This record gives sequence, C-alpha cells and structure tokens, in this order.
Amino acid sequence: MPWLSILMGVSVLGALGVTLVRNDKLAKQFTLGVSLIVLALAVAMAVQFSPNGDKFQFVEKYDWIPDFGVHYAVGVDGIALVLILLSVVLVPIVVLASWHDAEAGKRSVRTYFSLMLVLEAMMIGVFASTDVFLFYVFFEAMLIPMYFMIGSYGGAQRSYAAVKFLLYSLFGGLLMLVAVIALYSIAGKNTFMFPDLVGTIQDVNTQKWLFLGFFIAFAIKAPLWPFHTWLPDAAAQAPAGAAVLLVGVLDKVGTYGMLRFCLELFPDASKYFTPLVITLSVIGIVYGAIVAIGQTDMKRLIAYTSVSHFGFIALGVFAMTTNAGAGATLYMVNHGFSTGALFLIAGFLIQRRGSQFIADYGGVQKVAPVLAGTFLVAGLSSLSLPGLSTFVSEFMVLVGTYEKYLVPAVIATTGVILAAIYILWMYQRTMNGPTAESVKHLPDLNAREKWVVAPLVALLLVFGFYPKPLLDVIHPAVKNTLSSVPATDPAPAVQVAKEAQ
Amino acid sequence: MNGTIPAPTIEYAQLAPMLVVFGAAIVGVLVEAFAPRYLRSAIHVPITLLSLAGAFALTIWQVVKGVPTEPAAMGAVAVDGPSLFIWGTILVLAFVSVLLINDEDHFVAAAAAVPGSAEEEQALHEGAGHTEVYPLALFAVGGMLLFPAANDLLVMFVALEVMSLPLYLLCGLARRRRLLSQEAAVKYFLLGAFSSAFFLYGTALLYGYAGSIDLAKISSALAVVGGQETLLFIGVAMLGVGLLFKIGAAPFQAWKPDVYQGAPTPITALMASGTLVAAFGALLRVFWVALGGLDWDWSPILWAVAILTMVVGAVLAITQTDIKRMLAYSSIAHGGFLLVGVVATGAAAGQNSKALSAILFYLVAYGFTTVGAFAVVTMVRDAGGEAWHLSRWAGLGKRSPLLAGIFAFFLLAFAGIPLTSGFFGKYAVFQAAVSGGALPLVIVGVVASAVAAFFYVRVIVLMFFSDPSADGPSVVLPSRGTAAVVGVAVLATVFLGVYPQPVLHLAQNAAQSLFIR
Repeated sequence: MPWLSILMGVSVLGALGVTLVRNDKLAKQFTLGVSLIVLALAVAMAVQFSPNGDKFQFVEKYDWIPDFGVHYAVGVDGIALVLILLSVVLVPIVVLASWHDAEAGKRSVRTYFSLMLVLEAMMIGVFASTDVFLFYVFFEAMLIPMYFMIGSYGGAQRSYAAVKFLLYSLFGGLLMLVAVIALYSIAGKNTFMFPDLVGTIQDVNTQKWLFLGFFIAFAIKAPLWPFHTWLPDAAAQAPAGAAVLLVGVLDKVGTYGMLRFCLELFPDASKYFTPLVITLSVIGIVYGAIVAIGQTDMKRLIAYTSVSHFGFIALGVFAMTTNAGAGATLYMVNHGFSTGALFLIAGFLIQRRGSQFIADYGGVQKVAPVLAGTFLVAGLSSLSLPGLSTFVSEFMVLVGTYEKYLVPAVIATTGVILAAIYILWMYQRTMNGPTAESVKHLPDLNAREKWVVAPLVALLLVFGFYPKPLLDVIHPAVKNTLSSVPATDPAPAVQVAKEAQ
Repeated sequence: MNGTIPAPTIEYAQLAPMLVVFGAAIVGVLVEAFAPRYLRSAIHVPITLLSLAGAFALTIWQVVKGVPTEPAAMGAVAVDGPSLFIWGTILVLAFVSVLLINDEDHFVAAAAAVPGSAEEEQALHEGAGHTEVYPLALFAVGGMLLFPAANDLLVMFVALEVMSLPLYLLCGLARRRRLLSQEAAVKYFLLGAFSSAFFLYGTALLYGYAGSIDLAKISSALAVVGGQETLLFIGVAMLGVGLLFKIGAAPFQAWKPDVYQGAPTPITALMASGTLVAAFGALLRVFWVALGGLDWDWSPILWAVAILTMVVGAVLAITQTDIKRMLAYSSIAHGGFLLVGVVATGAAAGQNSKALSAILFYLVAYGFTTVGAFAVVTMVRDAGGEAWHLSRWAGLGKRSPLLAGIFAFFLLAFAGIPLTSGFFGKYAVFQAAVSGGALPLVIVGVVASAVAAFFYVRVIVLMFFSDPSADGPSVVLPSRGTAAVVGVAVLATVFLGVYPQPVLHLAQNAAQSLFIR
C-alpha cells in the first residue's frame, strides 16, 4: 500500500473539502474528522514498520521531472516515522484547541482549517521525502500556509511577525537552493535520490561549502542561536494552535535536516564544523534559558525555552554518538508534546483573560485548578523532570555528549537548572499567590479543552516511564545514519551510559 | 557568386505564421478604412483572434513536419527550433493579451483630443473608440515574431521597428490618466528611437568589420579578420545597447516603469510578456550565432549587466507605491534572472542547449504569470479607473478573497516559491548557470530573489493582513475575456509548477538543435 501518499492525499483532499463546506461548525468537525482519519492511517502504517528491516520502508518512487533528475520518492526510516507520528498526533489536538481561534478576528474559519490540513500534508511530505529536491519543495512550500496562519489569524503584530518569519526562512531556503543545485551538478549523477547521493561528494572543501548552504537554512529553521530572532516574534503572534505546529513540527524540520542531510551527505564537513555547531548549541541552550527568564510575555517565554531546547537537540545531533543522536530524535518528539501542551494551555489562559503578560495574572490555580495543574505538568516536562518524557531524551543527549565532549556537556547541564527557574518562576507568578482581581472569575478548562490537554499529558507520562517503543524504532535508524558518517561511539563510556539509561 | 544573379527563393511555408499575422493586420487596416464604425470591433476581434490561432496552428504544423535546418528567405530568417518555440509562446501570450484588449474601456475615445477638453467629452458621449488597436497589436505581434527569427542584422532592425512603432502608439491610448499615458508614449518613443539608432549604428560598424550583416558570416569573420577590433567592439557594444534596451536591462531600464505605468494595462501585459520573449530571443540569437566566438569579451560585461539588473530591479521595486510600476521593476528583476541564463553559456553544445532550454522555459512561465497579474490589475477599480495606488489594495483579501488569492498566487510565482511555475523557471536558469560555472552570479541572483520576495510579500500583507478601508476599490465582474485570461494564467502557473516536465521537454527539444548558424 502506498501509505505515505495516502496520508498526504487524505490531508489534501480534506483541505479541499473544508473549503467546500458552507457551514463553519461543520467545517471544523470535518477537519477534525479528517485529521483523526490521518492519525488512524498513520498508526496503522506505523505498526507495520519493522525497526530492523530496510533503512527506508513504505518506499514509493516515480519520476516527476526526469529532465532534472527529480523523483516523487517517499519512504521513512525510524527517525522520519516518529516525526510523522508527532505531526499527525498534534494536528487533531491543535484542531480541537483552535476551535474558536479563527473567529476572533472575523476571518474565514474554513480557510484557517483548510490551511492546517494543507500544512499537515506538507509536514508528512517533508519528513517522508527521500529525494533531496522533493524535500526542498516541501521545505519551502510549507512556509506559505504557516505564513497565512500567522499573518491572518495572529495577534496585534501579526503581519510584522509573519513577514519576518517568511523572509528569514525564505532567505535560508534560497541559500539551500544554491547548495542543492551545486550538489546535483557536482555529484553528476543526474538524480536527486538521497540514497544515491550519499557519499558522492568526496572533496572536503566542496563538502564544507555545500554543508554551509544546507546548515544555515536548517539553523534558521530550527532555530539555532544566533539565527533565532524570528521565532519569539512568530510564536508570540501566531494563534496558539499555529504556534504549536510551528515550534512543535516545522522547526523540527531544521534539526531533522541536520541529522538526515548534513550528516549523511557531508560527513567530513560535519566533523569539521562540529566544534562550531556544538559551541552555537551550547550558547543557545544557556542564552535561550537566560532570556526566557527575563520575558514578561508568556508566549515569548515559551518560544525562548524552545531556543534553549533546540540547542540540546542540535548538540545531540552533532555529538555523533548513538546515544546522543537517539536522544536528540526522541527530544524532537517529546519537545513537540511538552511545548505543544505549554503553548495550548497558555493559549487557553490568554484567551480567557485577553493578555499575554505574566504580570496580568496571579493565583489562577485557585480559580482554575485543572488549567493550573496541567500547565504545571507541561512545565515540569519542559524542565525535564524525571518521570516525564523529556527527561529521558535530555539525559540521553547529555550522556551521549559527555562521552565525547566533556566541557560542552557540563555547560549544557546548567540549562536544566535554568529551565527550572524560568518554568517555576512563571508558574509562581501566574498561578500562585493572591488571586488577581482580573482573573477572579476565570472559568476552568471546559470539556473540549480537557480533551485537548489529556492526550498530551498522557503521552508525556507514558513516554516518561516507558520510552522503549519509540527508542526501539529510533535506535537502529540513528545507528544506520551515523554509520554512513562514519562516527563510532567511544567504547568504555557507552557501556556505562547504556546501563544508566 | 558565379556571375548570374540567382532568383530569390522564399520558403513561404516556413514563414507562414508571420505572413498570416501580417496579412490579418493589413486586412484590419482595410476594415478601419471601409467598415462602418459600429461594425469594426465586431469584425476586428474574430480576425485578430483567428489569425493568431491560425498562426499558432501553422507553427505547430511546422514542428510536426520537422524543424527546418537551413535559414529561409535567402538566409534572412531562421526558422529553427528556438524560433518556433518562441513563436508559439508569443502567439499564445498575444492571444490572451488580445482577449484583455477586447475589454472596451481601457482605451481612449479620441486620442487626438486634449485631455479634459470638450472634444473628448463629445467623443466619449458618442461612444467613439479606437478600434485600430487591433491591427496595431497585430503588427506589433508580427514584429515580435520576426525579431527573434531574423538571421541578419538589417532584418532584425526592421523587425525591431515593426514591433516597436505600434507599441509606441498603443502606449498613448489609455482611457484614464491620459497625460501619464501620453508622457509614457513620448518617453518610450524617444528612448526607443535612440536605442534603435544605437542598434543601427552598431550594425553599420559590424558590417564595416565583417563585410556582411549576416549573423553567420559575422561569426565566421571573427575567426578570420584581424586588426580591426575597435570596429568590432564598438559595434558589439552598440548592438548590445539596442537589444538590452528592449529587455529593460540596467542601466537601460529607466523607461520600463514609466511605460508600464502609463500604457493601457492590456498593452502593458502584451509588452511585459510578448516583447520580453521576443527581445530575449533576438538577444540570444545575436550573442550566440554572431558573437559566440567572442564570448570571452562580452560575457564579463553581461555578468555586470545581469548583476546590476537584478539588484536594481529588486531594490527599486521595494519603494514603489504604484502596482504597475512595481510589476515593471519586478519585470526588470526577472530580466536580470534571465540574463543569468544568457551568461550560462559554455564551450560545450550541451551546456548551450541546457541554458537555452532553461531560458525558454522561464519565458513561458513568466509570460503567463505576468499576463495574469496584469489582468487582475485591470479588474480592481476605483471611481477613476484602476486602483493603481498600492494602499488602495489594502484588505482586498476580505472584500474578494478569490481574486486576492489568485493575485497572491501570481506574486508567489514571481517570488519563485515551489509548486508554482516561477520556481522551476528560476531553478532551471540557476542550475544551467551553476553548471556553466557562474556560481557567483547565482548567489547574487538568490540574494536578489530574497529581496524581491520582500516586496511581493508586502503586497500579500496589504491584501490579506490589513483591514480594508471604508471606500476601498471595487472589483468589477470580469468580462468573459478577462476571466478566461486569468483562468488560463492560473492554470498555466499551477500546471508548470506541479508538472513542468512536458513543457521542459518541449523546450529541451527546441533547444537541442540550437540556433541555426
């Protein structure tokens, strides 16, 4: 069965269908239905995945533009599979959470949900592409629906934020386009198929230039310090649901791209630039966390925590040990759930009070205990409390880095402490203390909102205690990826780390 | 020559598409002379459209029959693969532009009347109109067909004039903002006349150098003649000025915004698509067929021109407040991207055909999107005509989401976002340039694209993210012609963006044979 094409096809048809529905309420239900069908199909696909089978599974390959050597070629390995699952799990949750988002500004509700389904198709496509050109097409095209979601449905500064987001990403993408073209020309294979291109660029200097073309695009997307400045604006202005998809999934394309394309296509250059990337990541971890502490706007705060978290992910990718790589991949998934929960619950709170500023809240816990409690769980997950899923991944990244790079690992660990400060301090200021006059009559989460939060909290808990199903899928894929770099784990430390895990 | 004067042979079959267009133009002039006023329009439209369609059919027939390998008409006209491809493109673009022209109220009632005078009032009252726009447009299209196919410099000059003169006239016929329109016509005419003079002077100097105006003979003279480089270089430079002027490459771009702004929008559409295609065809032919052996000398200059054109187009567009001027600067920037393709020639024939096919594809993609964009511009109206000021477009996305969506789509295609035709055009040209060793040029191109994206996106922001003003412009219900134009443009932009293979393949086949030498 062409599973991946079916997933994308259902989303696209759903997106078209939504625009035809005349009634807004029906359109929402329709969107939710489509996204649940996609989720069900994706799960049905995932159970057939054999972790120790071929590198890419559910492979489809058709010529698209033979004159350019471009194929419609999709397939997933463990890394892509878990990221696709992350996407399709988040979409129905976000749809449910955004039930009334589009109505605020009196803009077309149907368009909003249609864009969301288009985005879903592209998110699946970008992770599933095994053709570099196809990846690039999705990588760029997915900016457009997100651009409209931020620009049309976001907050007061929305058009500034949307344009900044689009131009930053577009600029990175165009640099990557040059590298993509050069890769094709220099490889001289007349194909963009990723497996055929691995290992074709031998010259180290060429690798370095091409690496930079790809890496800068991914670093802007991820975003890595110092390319991160667009993210706080975009995430703070986007409607909560769009922010979840932006930070939770779209940004993962950056770190996914580093792992898949930078490492495998340009192994020597990756090793050459490792010190640089690790330095940037560590700076990002500490910088993001410190700046987050100083934020007065909840959504900006959460956005900066993500800058810090993306530092961890990039660190894990470039440490090039199996533990760190698997940890980074797992981190991408967990971060999607934990930050998603934070954004959505903060969004519910903001919707009730009409302000994004921390100073406008206080003592919410007394009037809305469920809201506060789930916010705390999401926050604790963001600061990597043991027992919640992000702990596992953060720990793996740090251990995997420690095996090779002692000092960066030690500095990065301070990020964990800083995380405790920014999360708990935000919680304290908004949820504890005397109840502010303006929030006295805030209602607690309603049934719909509980349905939004429950699956996320459940996933955080389940994977916190039992990450094995994910790791079983991720581990072989990461090993496989690193074997083409090739990077070997330092022998003794690995033994210790495995037990610790 | 062996003493006898051979009778000239004319391959009428090969020239048939041009002959049909010119013939129809002359019939059109006769209609102007003999048909009563109320009938003229009804006669012109079918004649014009049928002749363009017929010429297109003849072009296809030519391709099916087999592309000629020898120049026609005693070496004056080269009907080769690229020519036929360009002809097909121009004819289709002209066809859709004529559908736009068909919308009556773009043209002045009495061009000779002073704007705002009693005579104008009267002409308006009588419902007078200038139906000669149809034959004029046909003459211009005929010139466009001949221009890229001309195989010697004099024929090319004649074609240049046949193409340009009607356009000068047509530019001055806008119904609204008439002074601006007349100013545009005068500017275009004066500057155009200068550039034609440059072209002609360059031709004379090259004749002095090579002893022939035949492109192929100039090429062979390059290898033989020595010691007269001054003549050659000055000649090439002047020829280049004439050609680059028609493209609107910097530093010869100054006319473009004024003319695009002042001309009636359907005529702007015709110029922005058809003229650009024709001028690029001619430029390629001159520089490859006649001056291919000299590329060491002209390619650094073209590098500089390409860079300047991209930068000037992209940067100056940012400050524009008139939608048509913005599209004009956008067209300048795209001319720069196309010049990147022109530079991407190489010693190997494979590289040449690659660059050529990339340019041909780009021209098709850009042509359709441009016509579509200008068609949309004609539909957004204020009380005084088209809502030209960008601020008037604010909130259009709420007022008429479909039209604004379509325009946004065209803008994204201009910006080269994947899944639109513009992306593949840009990709093809840049790829040809990279494999031709022009990587720095591609990097400049990419940066210029990013800058250009900014002003395209700005319009989208205006349309969708700003709130509409109370007295905003209205969107007129399009006539069937305009609706068809927009529809065709959207379909072409989508199709070429999702499945470009057939057209790419066609362009590749056309480019395979290269220009006949």
